[in-house]
Amino acid sequence: MNLLQFLSGRLAKGVLTLIAIAVLNFFLIRAAPGDPAQVLAGEAGAADAQLLEQLRERFGLNEPLLTQLWIYLKGYLTFDLGFSYRQQQPVLTLVLDRLPATLLLTGAAFVISLVLGTAMGALAARRAGKWSDSLITALALVFYATPLFWVALMSQIVFALKLGIVPNVGYETIGAGYTGFARALDIGRHLVLPALTLGLFFTALYARMMRASMLEVAGADFVKTARAKGVSPPRVWRRHVARNAILPVVTLAGLQAGQLVGGAVLTETVFAWPGIGRLMFDALVQRDYSVLLGVFFISSAMVVGFNILTDLVYRIADPRIEAGA
Amino acid sequence: MNFLKRFCRNRGAVLGLVILLAVVVFALLAPTLYPQSPWRPVGRPFIAPFVMERFPLGTDTLGRNLAAGLVHGARVSLMIGVVSTLVALLIGVPLGAIAGYAGGFVDDALMRFTEFFQTIPSFALAIVLVAILQPQLGSIVLAIGVVSWPPVARLVRGEVLSLRTREYVQAAVTIGQSTPRIIFSQVLPNTIAPIIVMGSLMIGSAILLESSLSFLGLGDPNLMSWGYMVGAGRTRLLDAWWISFFPGLAIFLTVLALNLAGEGLNDALNPRLARGRE
Repeated sequence: MNLLQFLSGRLAKGVLTLIAIAVLNFFLIRAAPGDPAQVLAGEAGAADAQLLEQLRERFGLNEPLLTQLWIYLKGYLTFDLGFSYRQQQPVLTLVLDRLPATLLLTGAAFVISLVLGTAMGALAARRAGKWSDSLITALALVFYATPLFWVALMSQIVFALKLGIVPNVGYETIGAGYTGFARALDIGRHLVLPALTLGLFFTALYARMMRASMLEVAGADFVKTARAKGVSPPRVWRRHVARNAILPVVTLAGLQAGQLVGGAVLTETVFAWPGIGRLMFDALVQRDYSVLLGVFFISSAMVVGFNILTDLVYRIADPRIEAGA
Repeated sequence: MNFLKRFCRNRGAVLGLVILLAVVVFALLAPTLYPQSPWRPVGRPFIAPFVMERFPLGTDTLGRNLAAGLVHGARVSLMIGVVSTLVALLIGVPLGAIAGYAGGFVDDALMRFTEFFQTIPSFALAIVLVAILQPQLGSIVLAIGVVSWPPVARLVRGEVLSLRTREYVQAAVTIGQSTPRIIFSQVLPNTIAPIIVMGSLMIGSAILLESSLSFLGLGDPNLMSWGYMVGAGRTRLLDAWWISFFPGLAIFLTVLALNLAGEGLNDALNPRLARGRE
């Protein structure tokens, strides 16, 4: 199977997944208590009978269910995710405005957790049974059990409010008028706490996986061979064990990365980070269901896209992998 | 008693069990310890912890007793954790069993379905579900169950796939037992151990999920929950840190205890695996 075939197969599957999510959204609107038109209008629909009538017309809410579904899907296929009557803007515009901030946050958290996690896991496996192994394993367990929103709040108290090392909330210093490198640095300083807290859980996850994977590879025949022919132990660990052990971890990390988007809702809420997670929280408070479902759809699309991307990178990086499905 | 011995050999697991028992005892004693509703303001707001004996953990922004909220919240967290895990098992076990036993087209279709649910960002789905179905106990339990079942289905499918070809299952087929009977009486009982282990770990994740939801304001408005308490203290972090600190600590300790106990359970139920871990 060549790259093009593989790519088109994956893209087709991704599109199918997204259509399925659009269908899910459609039924979710119907699952809400009350009139679907009211749900689509959000809070704005409470008083406005004319708007509700318009919505019924536009989404064909008086038509049979299948026709309604088709109208709804047609909207998604033409990149129309609905309209926020509360903010008087198309949902897609709202989401796309906020997307870069979320991509930056989740991307940073992903890189941090992967680097930190694999390093911790590798170290623990190398020292298996020693105290440093126990320490890392215990630390991973603690990270694993800590509620994300709580550790975000607590780190806010300690590092931003008490110690003042990093800014408390926000994306950049408002009104500072930084440009170029100074602005990047400013955003970076704001990024530290949200990215670290968001990545914490995944750091723990990857550390555990990396440790297990390293120990498994360490028992493999080719490692024994390398040792037997006199390769120095650090070199065996680095070149033979770590390099092979990291493959399954990266695969799983790619699959798990989508969950970062969900966690971003909590992080962005705590740190007032202007991404789609924050948008989702605001939509939640305002009962703006169109925006809520739009964010849900876009974040799923992000996950699908990211999974295809990791598969692709992977296939190029490691020619042994034959992506089956 | 072999099981107990193996469980106790894991010191972390024993610690986890002790913490867990403490939480359960507090949850059971909640109505006796603090018979009043935890929602009722009972004192001055912002009383610091360890100052007044009546409010060992202080009071919150509205003068509600934090200690009372904490013990009543323990009931909610544990109950939602257990029930939503049961819901996830109820969806995941049959699905996985059918997929693994039937094989072929059915297996393919069911696994595609599972994969679909694994692709969707689970926390975002849980938020959407609870928001749309309105925040109530039922919708929260359902949402957590719906986002947590795919790993169960995968686990059960894998187990069933390997058990299906065993001789005693073949024998059951030969003597003409019906398929449902084979699945329930021959295959599933042998998958119980890994399901129990996974379930115990899932209760912890469910508690984390529930607290995250109620932190965002998606908790049942009639139930005091730890996540809600953390969220309620958010606006006064600097001058009243304890309002958010203690409920969060309670979540952390409970989830940690569940994970520790779950690992101990794993060691005790799969002794061969446990020895291999060292």
